Parts: sequence; C-alpha cells; structure tokens
Amino acid sequence: MRATTGYTENHPRWLRRRKSTYWWLERVSYLVFILRELSSVFVAWTVAFLLLLVHAVSQGDNSYRQFLSWSASPAVLLLNLTSLFFVVFHATTWFRLAPQAMVVHVRGRRLPGAWIAASNYLLWALATASVAWLLLGD
Amino acid sequence: MWLLFSAGGVLAALLLPILLVLFGVLFPMGWLSPPSHEHLLSVIGHPLARVFLFAFCALSLVHGAHRFRYTLYDGLQIKHLNEFVNFLCYGGAIVGSAVAAYLLWRVP
Repeated sequence: MRATTGYTENHPRWLRRRKSTYWWLERVSYLVFILRELSSVFVAWTVAFLLLLVHAVSQGDNSYRQFLSWSASPAVLLLNLTSLFFVVFHATTWFRLAPQAMVVHVRGRRLPGAWIAASNYLLWALATASVAWLLLGD
Repeated sequence: MWLLFSAGGVLAALLLPILLVLFGVLFPMGWLSPPSHEHLLSVIGHPLARVFLFAFCALSLVHGAHRFRYTLYDGLQIKHLNEFVNFLCYGGAIVGSAVAAYLLWRVP
C-alpha cells in the first residue's frame, strides 16, 4: 500500500501564451512602466558619477576643478541631464506608490494615502534643503 | 531583501535629484558657484559622512541592480539567461559598493 492516497492527481497543462519580446510597446502605460524601471540604470550612473566626484576631491583642488570642467563637457552634461530626468521620474513614481506600499494605522484607522504621499514629499524637500545647506553654506 | 531594495529606493529618490542638480548641472555650468575644495573635503572626510555615503551608494546600487535584473527578465523575457543576468546585476552592485568603500576610505 502506497503512503499517498490512492487517486491520481489532476494537473492539466497551464495555459501560458508566449509573450512577444516587444510586449511593452503595445501600450503607452507599458512603455511608461519600462521607462520607470530603466531609471535604475541612471540611478547607477549617478552613483558612479558621485563616486568619481569623491575620487576627484580626494586627489586635490586641481583635480576637483578638472572634474567640474569635465562635467561641463557636452556629452557628460547631456548624460547628466538625462539622468536627472530619470532620477526625478524615479522619485515621483516612487512617492506615488508609497501610499500603496506603506499602510499606517493610527488608533485602528488607516491614515489616508494622501498623508503618506505628503510626508514623503515633505521629507524630500527637507533632504534637498539639508544637502544644499550642507554643500553650499559655509 | 525587499527592505534593502526599498531603503535604496527611498534614499535614491530623496537625495539623488539634488545631488545631480548641483554637481551635474549647476556647478559645471557655473550658474552657482561650487563649494570650495576645502569645504567639500571637510564634509566628505567626516567619518559619519563616509559611512553614510557608503551606505547610500551601496543601497542605491543594490536597488538599481535589483530593478534592472527584473526589467531584463520582464521586459525582454530572457529567462534562459537568468543566472548570467543575476550575476551581472548583483555582481556589478557589489563591485560598485566595494569601489565606493575604497574611495571613501581613501579620502584624506
């Protein structure tokens, strides 16, 4: 006698249609989704750029100035402007999702999504101001 | 894992825009005068700043790698290259973090 029960299990083949590699071109909302995820590449570039800055600063005043003028060259400037667009895009889409990802309960009632979003934007403003003050103030 | 991803996303969303605006556009274009070298050096040389910057870079890189891996998976449907893509994405993030650690350690 087998250890398992006597009947055979019924596993019909799942219906899985093959998706075209270009499925994301079929609708604007799909394309926007892919662009949002592609912002990750520009996040990585921005980190690399900032590390280059750290390296330049460690090497001395001259190399710092050279880094600044290198950043002004058209190719780098264009890359950074594109990255800026995607980084801001990442931030806004991320904050738009925040109310759905963060569910906060106060005294048994759920905080409205608008509050979560607002607190994120507030934090964003604070972070921006702090960084600006830290770097520019003296 | 998701907490790493989320933390990286939040930090990147909060801090990257202003950093990129300043160092990518405003300072190179001369629209705002850049901080003096000594000031910048004193800011990033501070131990707390180094630790924070390292965590910030590492988390943002992990976030980006994670997202990019799934973009390739979902977008291009290349399931058969899964292991290779994982290795490239997370490997890249780890290498980047190691570079960040090294550079931040070496700030005078």
